[in-house]
Amino acid sequence: MRALVIDDSRTMRRIVAGALENLGFSTVQAGDGQQALDLLESGEEVDLACIDWNMPVMDGLTFVTKVRANPAWRSITLMMVTTESEHGQIVRALAAGAHEYLIKPFTTDAIRDKLDLLGLVPAEEPV
Amino acid sequence: MSLTQDTFAFVADVVRRRSAIQLEAGKEYLVESRLLPLAREGGHAGVDAYVREVRAARRESDLAEIVEALTTNETSWFRDNTPFSALRTHIVPGLRAERTVLDGLRVWSAACSTGQEPYSIAMTLTDVLGPGARFDITATDLSDQVLAQARSGRYSQLEVNRGLPAPMMVRWFQRNGHDWQIADELRRTITFTKHNLLDPAPVGPFDIVFLRNVLIYFDLETKRSILGRVHRALRPGGYLVLGAAETTIGVDGDWERVPVERGSVYRPVQAGAVPAPRQAPGTLAGAFTGATPAVPATAPRVPAAAPTSTWPVQPRPATTTLPTAPRRPAGPAFEQGVTR
Repeated sequence: MRALVIDDSRTMRRIVAGALENLGFSTVQAGDGQQALDLLESGEEVDLACIDWNMPVMDGLTFVTKVRANPAWRSITLMMVTTESEHGQIVRALAAGAHEYLIKPFTTDAIRDKLDLLGLVPAEEPV
Repeated sequence: MSLTQDTFAFVADVVRRRSAIQLEAGKEYLVESRLLPLAREGGHAGVDAYVREVRAARRESDLAEIVEALTTNETSWFRDNTPFSALRTHIVPGLRAERTVLDGLRVWSAACSTGQEPYSIAMTLTDVLGPGARFDITATDLSDQVLAQARSGRYSQLEVNRGLPAPMMVRWFQRNGHDWQIADELRRTITFTKHNLLDPAPVGPFDIVFLRNVLIYFDLETKRSILGRVHRALRPGGYLVLGAAETTIGVDGDWERVPVERGSVYRPVQAGAVPAPRQAPGTLAGAFTGATPAVPATAPRVPAAAPTSTWPVQPRPATTTLPTAPRRPAGPAFEQGVTR
């Protein structure tokens, strides 16, 4: 399975991508929502997108809204991964079409739990 | 049981060097409780004997397992998913089909730790029973400390991140400073009580008992006596839910295994009841219909099952289907945990 990691922090992209790779994903990264959209429009096919909220150029919520507006991308599972932790923000993200919401900081166990909920944890993990 | 200082010092040193986590004096209980499943899995009587072997064998894999056991916090919401989707798609529909009125359902969540399990049960029952349905959950643990947190219903950011689906989070939790507070509506459905599994069960009868990931800590005789008390506390036709790596088979023959989704639940066999068929056709999980104790290949901490002939109590290798169970469980709850 392939995951798109969208975050303006290179360190955070590396952490999230590393956790996903340990769970058997291949990953591709983008530094903001627009870069991520460009990747999808260029034909990049992913099963999962992990999306930061606050980013320059295009924020995560806008990205989620745009992905949900395109039926071709309906199969992509969208998970916000962000420090934004107000109740109302989680509600907004879910209403916009995000499937899950993981609040930073998180442990690698937490990311695995969320993927498990989404049915996205591969059966065989690399040892 | 208590650890020798030598054992504790060795384990603390391994964990410190590999994870930077300091296990200070006073954490002997933690070391013992986390390593006991590994010791039992390896056929040792206790943690001291297990650690002696680890030190002699010098296997890298043993050391890695010890570090993992001591640094992993296993407490998550909807842990393992399957028991909660089983509650939704099999157990409640099963009880509903057998009773005229399904009101006042009683559940015992044994060894409930900081409360994630009973609250996950409460969230599930609220959904599946519908508005206005009454149920009550007795949640017990040995530790006053974990019960105090469970009762408060207040959880840190890291705790709510663990396995709690976001829609459930926004429905049942509100921010309270840096923490999250669970809704009073759920708290009211649960009574938290201190209880030792070696003592008589809380006052039943219960319709459903969750006893997950705790039998692994006990020897065979103790497991058997705990299962006996649970059996007596369950209503006829009730359900027992064990951990993914646990089974009554080879321990206590008074249970009938019902394959559900990727695991099993158990129902008490009543005295004088006609033994269940050895194998029922059309079970939901065909792989689990054999007489061999079936354990998911992914379950890492299974106490090794001895040949059945050595057990004083003959296991009852029975599996049946629930008459009411949907042939093809549908909906997102079932899909949870299914690998794509």
